[in-house]
Amino acid sequence: MSKDEIKRIKVDLSEYDFKDPENYAFKFEKGINEEVVKRISEMKCEPKWMTDFRLKSFRIFQSKPMPTWGYKPYLDEIDFNDIYYYVKPTDKQGKSWEEVPDYIKNTFDRLGIPEAERKYLAGVAAQYESEVVYHNVKSQWESKGVIFTDMDTAVREYPDIVKRYFGTVVPPNDNKFAALNSAVWSGGSFIYVPKGVSVDIPLQAYFRINTQNMGQFERTLIIAEEGASVHYIEGCTAPVYSTNSLHAAVVEIIAHRGAHVRYTTVQNWSKNVFNLVTKRAFAYEDARVEWVDGNLGSKLTMKYPAVYMLGKGAQAEILSIALANAGQVQDAGAKVVHAAPYTTSKITNKSISMGGGITVYRGLVKAMKGAVGSKNHTSCNALIIDELSKSDTIPHIDINEDKVSLGHEATAGRISEEQLFYLMSRGLSEHEALVTIVNGFIEPFTKALPLEYAVELNRLIELELEDAVDAGARKVIY
Amino acid sequence: MRDIFFLVKDLEASIEGNKILKGINLGVNRGEIHAIMGPNGSGKTTLSNVIMGNPLYDFGSGDIVFKGESVVELPPDERAKRGIFLSFQYPEEISGVSMINFLRLSYNAINSYRNPNFSQPKPMEFRKLVKSKMEVLKIDDSFLSRYLNEGFSGGEKKRSEMLQMLLLEPELIIMDEVDSGLDVDALRVVSDAVSSLNDGKRSFVIITHYSRILKYVRPDFVHVMVGGRIVKTGDYSLANEIEEKGYDWILKEVSV
Repeated sequence: MSKDEIKRIKVDLSEYDFKDPENYAFKFEKGINEEVVKRISEMKCEPKWMTDFRLKSFRIFQSKPMPTWGYKPYLDEIDFNDIYYYVKPTDKQGKSWEEVPDYIKNTFDRLGIPEAERKYLAGVAAQYESEVVYHNVKSQWESKGVIFTDMDTAVREYPDIVKRYFGTVVPPNDNKFAALNSAVWSGGSFIYVPKGVSVDIPLQAYFRINTQNMGQFERTLIIAEEGASVHYIEGCTAPVYSTNSLHAAVVEIIAHRGAHVRYTTVQNWSKNVFNLVTKRAFAYEDARVEWVDGNLGSKLTMKYPAVYMLGKGAQAEILSIALANAGQVQDAGAKVVHAAPYTTSKITNKSISMGGGITVYRGLVKAMKGAVGSKNHTSCNALIIDELSKSDTIPHIDINEDKVSLGHEATAGRISEEQLFYLMSRGLSEHEALVTIVNGFIEPFTKALPLEYAVELNRLIELELEDAVDAGARKVIY
Repeated sequence: MRDIFFLVKDLEASIEGNKILKGINLGVNRGEIHAIMGPNGSGKTTLSNVIMGNPLYDFGSGDIVFKGESVVELPPDERAKRGIFLSFQYPEEISGVSMINFLRLSYNAINSYRNPNFSQPKPMEFRKLVKSKMEVLKIDDSFLSRYLNEGFSGGEKKRSEMLQMLLLEPELIIMDEVDSGLDVDALRVVSDAVSSLNDGKRSFVIITHYSRILKYVRPDFVHVMVGGRIVKTGDYSLANEIEEKGYDWILKEVSV
């Protein structure tokens, strides 16, 4: 697919083609119980195995304690009875532009987001792709046997594949929020890439029809068969407004022998959202899985993308950034499990805290007995912009095999006044110098993003810094 | 006195409560090259930082006047925009910021101030301009995609500073210990850079411990700084004398 075609598709995003084939009879109340879980399954006309899976998961959710890590004061605020667990697509459009907070509207302005896209991001309009374009792209995949659809459709249309893999990488009993997602999940993506097929252009959540990729409890499942390769991109750097404050997503990836999967996420939830996500991949022999994960926005994020290297020679790379501004806690990191010989992993984490925000890197590097010749390199760097902000690094290392090599480097520091002075002595204002240093700091992350995401991310960092400095968090020296 | 191109008057400054500069007086006319020599700890680097406005140093009293305007209240970027340039002894390394991007930001900032009708050059044009300066300095093309000073050798850092100087075309150039740790080739590069800018309209203040660089860039005046004061001023022959006899004889003179 040429660059021109990609451009045309982006332009076509502004077109709307509303259709709403589903018309649901009853209205959901706040709160959760078995009845609610059953109704969700019924509305989606799901097979019995999925209904049972949901119910079993709900019981696990009830019995699981809240996580003992993360930021307790915020976790304690979550009231599971004060949340809608299923929102009909039509209800989603019920919100009006007037209800969207001013800070979100201002950010759209400052980022220069097109009018049509703003309403979508603010959750006041559903976005449907132009069918023609969608089918164009879709037929290219389909001719190769690639399946790319939303998870709800996949359960109905591809029951064999879904049943075989769903919940196998992240089982419901993994943690309380994974159990909750398993009980009430809705939306998300399903991707299946057959043996030996490589999907050249990134699949974007953008291209899908009639889906809610920004749902509360989305569920994504990606299967790459032997030697297949695919790059999936979701999210965007503009803030996504949601009145639903709890988001608990689950992402499962299965990379079979020699497969290559890259999963890129940039999320910028509005500042009322609890973003508690379980992302995990299984990488078999010689497979490679890469998580590229950017966390901006939200009130509390707890997210630790994981790769279990289950076959000889499997590789993992986890590249992430987190940015916490006033009132925000980003508790993010990475997990790698070396469960086979000669597996290699690389973790790069960058965090920025400003305006009183808190960032935490929480990581796990585990090597099982027999994972001889395996290697991990972890590097985490925290940049603290002002006196009010904090950062913490909590690396866990669990090594059960002698013949492995580990490298760990961690740095945490305030923005260097000497660097600021150097740039200012070359004519950059204090703000320009600050933005230049911070964007340089996250450059290893931005260069892994498609260009338009990278540009928008740099611009967003600039805005966040403006906000922090305007709020008086950073002492103006000059 | 205020019509002098660059004037430092009774300048006092301290760092972390220790007074380092104890009344510096210096006058520089357009087109002149001044050398400030002195033993370690005499306050040379403090002087260069205070002229550029480094906030880590506390400005005490006195004045710094550039082209008739006192700059002591101005932040470093405003001083740079007015035409002051400091070539650092140890320039900072900034990761993730490519040389070409940094040069572009700096070039645009300085030139938008100088010329209200300035329009930013297109990327290709700008690259061409930078490359023409790189030729003078014998710098490899790969330089531009490297991160700002990151992992640069001593000689590369000096070339990076000289490249910035040639590109920004400042009017007053302060060079702090420009010859420290440089081999003969690198010294030659520095002197070529200085000569290519030395058109009689710009002035240079070369701060140095050793007289080595002064063989390549010949100063009109040589000042000796000791204990935060300029204690002796002479012509080029003073530098030769220091090279032969060291600083001891001056220290003795001062204490008498």
